[in-house]
Amino acid sequence: MSERVLLEMRQIDKRFPGVHALDHVDFKVRAGEIHALMGENGAGKSTLMKVLTGLYAKDSGEILLDGKPVSFHSPLESQRAGVSTIYQEINLIPYLSVAENIFLGRQPLNRTGIDWRAMEARAGKILAEMGVDVDVTQELRRCGTAIQQMIAIARAIFSDARLVVMDEPTSSLDEKETAVLFQQMRRLKEQGLAIIFISHRLDEIFEICDTVTILKDGKLVEERPVERLTKLELVSKMIGRDASDVLRRKNGGYDAAGKRTVLEARNVANEVKLRGINVTVRAGEVVGLAGLLGSGRTEFARVAFGQDGDYTGELEINGQPVRFKSPRGAIDRGLAYCAEDRKVEGIFPHMSVRENMTIAILPKISRFGILNAKKQDEIVERYIRSLNIKTPGAGQQIHNLSGGNQQKVLLARWLCMEPDLIILDEPTRGIDVGAKSEIESLIQEIAGRGIGVLLISSELEELVRNCHRVVVIRDGRNVGDLEGGSISEENIMERIAQGAAKEEGHENG
Amino acid sequence: MRMAEASKDRGFDWNRHFRAFGAAYAFLAIVLADSLLNKNFFALNTFWNLSIQALPVLLTALGMLLVISTGGIDISVGSIMAVAGVLCAQSLTGQLPIGGGSVPGAMFLGLAVATLIGAFSGLLIAWFRIQPVIVTLVLYIAGRGVAQLMSDGGTIVFYGTRFNDMGVARLPGNVPIQLVVEVVFVLATAFILKKSTFGYYVQAIGENPAASTLSGIRTKSVLVAVYALSGFMAGLAGIFTSARSSCADPNTLGALAEMDAIAAVAIGGTSMNGGKSRVMGTIFGAMIIQLVTITINMNNIHYAYARILKGLIIIAAVYLQREKKR
Repeated sequence: MSERVLLEMRQIDKRFPGVHALDHVDFKVRAGEIHALMGENGAGKSTLMKVLTGLYAKDSGEILLDGKPVSFHSPLESQRAGVSTIYQEINLIPYLSVAENIFLGRQPLNRTGIDWRAMEARAGKILAEMGVDVDVTQELRRCGTAIQQMIAIARAIFSDARLVVMDEPTSSLDEKETAVLFQQMRRLKEQGLAIIFISHRLDEIFEICDTVTILKDGKLVEERPVERLTKLELVSKMIGRDASDVLRRKNGGYDAAGKRTVLEARNVANEVKLRGINVTVRAGEVVGLAGLLGSGRTEFARVAFGQDGDYTGELEINGQPVRFKSPRGAIDRGLAYCAEDRKVEGIFPHMSVRENMTIAILPKISRFGILNAKKQDEIVERYIRSLNIKTPGAGQQIHNLSGGNQQKVLLARWLCMEPDLIILDEPTRGIDVGAKSEIESLIQEIAGRGIGVLLISSELEELVRNCHRVVVIRDGRNVGDLEGGSISEENIMERIAQGAAKEEGHENG
Repeated sequence: MRMAEASKDRGFDWNRHFRAFGAAYAFLAIVLADSLLNKNFFALNTFWNLSIQALPVLLTALGMLLVISTGGIDISVGSIMAVAGVLCAQSLTGQLPIGGGSVPGAMFLGLAVATLIGAFSGLLIAWFRIQPVIVTLVLYIAGRGVAQLMSDGGTIVFYGTRFNDMGVARLPGNVPIQLVVEVVFVLATAFILKKSTFGYYVQAIGENPAASTLSGIRTKSVLVAVYALSGFMAGLAGIFTSARSSCADPNTLGALAEMDAIAAVAIGGTSMNGGKSRVMGTIFGAMIIQLVTITINMNNIHYAYARILKGLIIIAAVYLQREKKR
């Protein structure tokens, strides 16, 4: 790592209505370093990067690239100056081929136009180097999410960039793919590029980054080399309080005696992914649903909720056999499902916190189709207070809230219907450590009130911390059931792996 | 620097203001221009005329507002106007065995068919997942064909009937009946969108259809109801238009009405992607569309200019109301 400063942002200031998003922030990146930008959701990381790439206009401050003052008015301008960005949400074009996506806007040309053969050959070579095995002529939408992410990365890396901004590039990658990405990042670093890396996964910061800059509430907290920082220090600086109680195991024991069963699923299967899932959740119990991505966790939840059509097997809610044709029916019987993807299936971005929170219970708080505004306000105010939702008011449009607070509004949407069972699908994905801890406490509180909780999560520690029981599934069927003290990351992984071994026919222990 | 920032923070959000009141300003500007151009403009009669002539565009725009709020569009309203107008006229003049020649019977027939056509669009859109543009385009094309077939392409005339009386009826104080109808439907639409669960659902579907279904909204039924309502409004507009002119011409009745309705909603600041419904904006949008036509007529300018002017107003309105990048 050299000491040559590649990017310097000085005294950057940015206000949105009601929010001081960046308060005179200084930020410096040197050539040949991987620089982590850390902070809770709403700390200003994304805003700072959007100011850098020209998506937002800054109110004051200056930006120097290679010592020269620059001011980008659009992402295109910053790209041309060598600043390349990989966003959390993949922004490629689904109906173009893999090769076209990599070379979009700078396709190799020959006399008749685009030199398809050269383009495809080069794309193939680039991806092969990255260890991605994919047919570059196929349409992008036919590739899996992880592959798409790698293609986005390939596109950013091979665009003559001097500075690459990666905003949570690993959120949809598995371990192997992450390793490939890191290998590429190290290569770029050796070539003298600088990388700004944003991730909520602390381990990754310590594995790959050289320097950390921490933001909180729009202000710079500190810049420090990674080797002089411990994980605990990092977390406590990000959330601004003592971190020792943040990551503690939350749940007490669970006494099943005398508790009624709220959900009983027997042999639920469909023609798509489910091969026979059995799950029981009792009142006040937190049951984890563990398994790899694509193992059928989310599919089971959606089928049970009446969202995804036909299935075989039986489903009972509170001992009554049910078969929902639509989410409305499920909701009316006391079932709630907080979906996995907040943006796509959760929020109504331009509607208010009030409207977002009460959309599922409107029939309950209206008469003859006319809304009782007083009842609505009472409920909304109550949940804003009890869930500690940070919003200027109930009328605020939800897209102005931070990710963690949006998630709390969505939880409130389901809690205010007073369900018997709530299915939480990745409730802490993409939110910061502080909000995560709050939501985990909330899960315990929900269970404490006698609501059954089915928790779907990719993060094993989260399951270990929160669950009374964990059901492990693989390829659409149960492969294990862990209870109380036997719930550990090792045990969960072992069940998933054993399930794999059985399938392949080598039994080895 | 600091001072400037502070004042900016507390300062007035013009962008937001224009999105809420842009159409009202544009309306006032045109009224002002008119009063300068024409000394007789500020007569009560001008207002009565405006309220009479604005009825079709206002009613269809209110229906269109619901449709656009769900993220859809309804191109078929003009043709539905023609079908409803012709049906109603035929029933009145005894050319049909149904309706019995009575005004309420004939109106009911026209409205029922118009509503059914709308519901049919909604059905194709919600259950068969055909895009709204395509579905309503088909009905735009076929609908007028049906109207023309019904009347053999000819105009049905019914001077001096009670139906005709209704089209030109005045209440005490010379208030045209159209104004009453307009007030009733404006209030009803505003009430539905702001106070009813149905109104919430309409806007929620436009904002995020996937989240709507998962939140327990019966999105398909809501869509059918929305297109049915749009059909009903078009039917009412068609009936009043033919009652006022005492004839129903299947070739011209409601021609291009869908475009005016869409323009009114756009001028009013409702996003074509769906979501937040702007009722006040839509009302002013409809008034602007009609006022431009009247202005051009009053000043003896060629009608072609009205269309150009409308185009410019739409661009200006949509520009002022665009979502600023933050």
